[in-house]
Amino acid sequence: MKCGIVVFPGSNCDHDCYHILKEILNQETHWLWHKDEVDLSSFDLIVLPGGFSYGDYLRAGAISRFSPVMNSVIRFAENGGKVLGICNGFQILLESGLLPGALMQNHTRKFICKNVYVRVESSETPFTQKCNDKSVLEIPIAHHQGSYYIDPHSLSDLEEKGQILFRYCDAKGDISESSNPNGSVGSVAGLCNEQKNVMGMMPHPERCADPLWTNIDGQSIFQSLISQS
Amino acid sequence: MQNEPEITSQLVKDHGLTSDEYRRILDLIGRPPNFTELGIFSVMWSEHCSYKSSRPFLKKLPTEGPRVLQGPGENAGVVDIGDGLAVVFKIESHNHPSFIEPHQGAATGVGGIMRDVFTMGARPIALMDSLRFGELDEPRTRFLLNGVVDGIASYGNCTGVPTVGGEVYFDSCYNGNILVNAFCLGLAKADRIFLAKAGGVGNRILYVGSKTGRDGIHGASLLASSEFDETTEDKRPTVQVGDPFTEKLLIEACLEIMEFSWVVGVQDMGAAGLTSSSFEMAHRSNAGVNMDLSKVPLREEGMTPYEILLSESQERMLFVIEPGHEEEATAILEKWGLDAAIIGEVTDELGVRIQFEGKEVVNLPTLPVVDGALDLKRETERPEYLDQVGHLNLTELPEPARGDKAFTKLLACPNIASKEWVYEQYDHMVRLNTLVLPGSDAAVIRIKDTKKAVALSVDCNSRFCYLDPYEGAAIAVAESSRNVVCSGASPIGLTNCLNFGNPEKPEIMWQFEQAVRGMGDACLYFDIPVVSGNVSLYNETKGEAIFPTPTVAVVGLIEDQSKVMTAGFKQSGHCIGLIGFTMEELGGSEYLKVLFDRNEGKPPVLDRKHEKQVQDFCLELIQKGLIQSAHDCSEGGLAIAVAESCFGAEEGALGATLELESTLRGDALLFGETQSRIVISFPEELTDQIEDLALSYPVDFSLIGKTGGSQFTASINGKEYIKQDIESAKEIWKTSLGRYAGQTT
Repeated sequence: MKCGIVVFPGSNCDHDCYHILKEILNQETHWLWHKDEVDLSSFDLIVLPGGFSYGDYLRAGAISRFSPVMNSVIRFAENGGKVLGICNGFQILLESGLLPGALMQNHTRKFICKNVYVRVESSETPFTQKCNDKSVLEIPIAHHQGSYYIDPHSLSDLEEKGQILFRYCDAKGDISESSNPNGSVGSVAGLCNEQKNVMGMMPHPERCADPLWTNIDGQSIFQSLISQS
Repeated sequence: MQNEPEITSQLVKDHGLTSDEYRRILDLIGRPPNFTELGIFSVMWSEHCSYKSSRPFLKKLPTEGPRVLQGPGENAGVVDIGDGLAVVFKIESHNHPSFIEPHQGAATGVGGIMRDVFTMGARPIALMDSLRFGELDEPRTRFLLNGVVDGIASYGNCTGVPTVGGEVYFDSCYNGNILVNAFCLGLAKADRIFLAKAGGVGNRILYVGSKTGRDGIHGASLLASSEFDETTEDKRPTVQVGDPFTEKLLIEACLEIMEFSWVVGVQDMGAAGLTSSSFEMAHRSNAGVNMDLSKVPLREEGMTPYEILLSESQERMLFVIEPGHEEEATAILEKWGLDAAIIGEVTDELGVRIQFEGKEVVNLPTLPVVDGALDLKRETERPEYLDQVGHLNLTELPEPARGDKAFTKLLACPNIASKEWVYEQYDHMVRLNTLVLPGSDAAVIRIKDTKKAVALSVDCNSRFCYLDPYEGAAIAVAESSRNVVCSGASPIGLTNCLNFGNPEKPEIMWQFEQAVRGMGDACLYFDIPVVSGNVSLYNETKGEAIFPTPTVAVVGLIEDQSKVMTAGFKQSGHCIGLIGFTMEELGGSEYLKVLFDRNEGKPPVLDRKHEKQVQDFCLELIQKGLIQSAHDCSEGGLAIAVAESCFGAEEGALGATLELESTLRGDALLFGETQSRIVISFPEELTDQIEDLALSYPVDFSLIGKTGGSQFTASINGKEYIKQDIESAKEIWKTSLGRYAGQTT
């Protein structure tokens, strides 16, 4: 699989994604600089990593959507290319209109960094096909603006079309207010577009994919992508 | 340019200089300084920059060792870890700014310490903070706690450097003067360490980073180098404002530039900004510097040379590069969107000349400015309070029949309760190196592309230091080292942050002298070199000094990542053992404070030889794979240490049953803070092997109980002393601090 990792000046999970894709999973991996608008058609996957793209003093991801590289990413996605946005990458995908909805401040109004559980809501996508439906993954979150919002009508639309891929849950897979760390509607932790080639998620699968740690739940997402290329 | 004020004795005083010091300036430069030059002396001779009160004492610290590549005196210390790599680390205070403006004060403290580390060519890979606030009932404490934690989070998280550990304490002695000590560790190639050098004549001075503004002027001289009083609020403009995004750009750009051989020297513009960076670089290379302030990128119009030189605007660096590489350098900086300008060059004059708008505004020799402040021979005198608090008569202290109440009260007290509310606000995982997450004895960071890891711990029990600064400081070294050992590491270096009151008072200088001696003696005995440090004096408000707080951070090396140890019990049915023995010591304990609101007596005795054996024994057990957990006994004593190991179990909480035999008072046995003790757990079949090894040292070792069940129970001589449901106990411990911090009144 040929992967490209977009580097905004304030990206800080770019090296982590690179480490997992290149060093751990042995995939061909390239950096993509935010100032370059380039043809991405030879790539199998583009990753928008976590971080604080341009400082995010405004709304997270609000400036990134205007960067030259995003023109390339949008074109790539429209042509069916697979795009994975993690954390700040998810925020950028929403700001760019590649995914519906918005991310607001956590309801705790604090940055939260901890391990959480998410339930796989659909394994019928390129990002989740190696996961079992309703299986529970333990993946860390680390964000300040991760409370997903979309109006109720659109939310049920997403549910019907199988676009909700992950919901926050407890260790047993039960969904409740107490297992929802940031106040997201419907406990949504990750979703994809209708065509199922663009996915954004707040949890960081790259943080639990190195076998030096006991938890490698995050690998299933990368393995799903690798298995199709 | 505006007319400069005339130099009067009042103006000299307002600059924090004494009349003796002013006379010395006249002697050294042979003429009266102009206004700008007076400002330069004011910051450079301030306590904060010159260490004039502390330097004579600091010479007693051991600073050398086979691994030490750079000791104190540079931006940070450097210690070799093999494989061609070195760790670069330092801890530094940002106390006064954080009390006045907690968010920005703490944020810029983090920014400053990170710059000290990447200035040396190291990529920052871990942050820690030692935080001390006033008592919970003090109305400002909650505000300060929230502000400081938020400031650290906003800065560290954005730069992508994980905050992996630290400590948080509350005591009324910090009501009027909190402590924010920030630690950073970076990783560098051992043969590519950059120093603050200017090199040869003709080298270019390159200004990099944020534009210079009017913030932070006199932060070092007036804010950091005087006590707090009624006018403190007026000093808010001396607090700098941080921009972590620019810091992130600066890290990446600087590390990229430092790949090139034409980079001669680097210095960050921290305290005393452009002044200290230019004078110090020139001085260290026996050279001079010629600069034109008209070329400095400015944030606002109409800034005077005085303001430009004394500004402490954040996220700025000064590079010295060989001529002919200006364009290469600026191209890299532009790529990262940073301001850059060549503002001067290196000369052979042994002085600094500064022009502004075509006129020379400063012409000073470097030596008097950098090294001219007289080392003060501060008087020392043993404080009288020691006679009042030094004795604790245990026979007068009522002894409870059972320990349940003390157990739960201690678990809820914020000095012992889980710091989860704090560290969950910090990104402690980014960069995929954090092998041991916050909450264990030490944070453990793997070193990528090697089998190694480093362990980090920051410690100081300031109550002990108040009762006996010598022993207290020695205990801080021992405990920090013990924490690192409990995670499987051998200590390789130490950095300190010495927080004390007003050095003009002989009692404070006595505390300082004692603490530095205690630290030095302990470091010498445990063979841990002090490689960097920082002194913060004048931590007083209206004459009330903080407890002496000589914070230390010990860095340890783990040769094999697979041999990392944590504090949590691993499995039901394992044996619990105690390395070391318990004495009847309650002086200065958390138990005495929480249950009786007293801080009295003598701190626990530290037997250095015994301590060393305990640590060596524990390390051997870990390296031989004989034990499953190791946890240091500190605040709250044995009961709390075992409880914390129960709470640290991977799935929920694991109960424990302790069966103790002792002639000591029950409270001293379970809650006393005797040093040199480590709680370990291991499979039963290894008991003989562990006992044999203990005998061979010899070191005291006893089997004290078993893991398992849903209760925490402790019995003494067959009589039940504590019995608590472990899940409820964990809930109290886990949520106490967050409930306090989030409480709205």
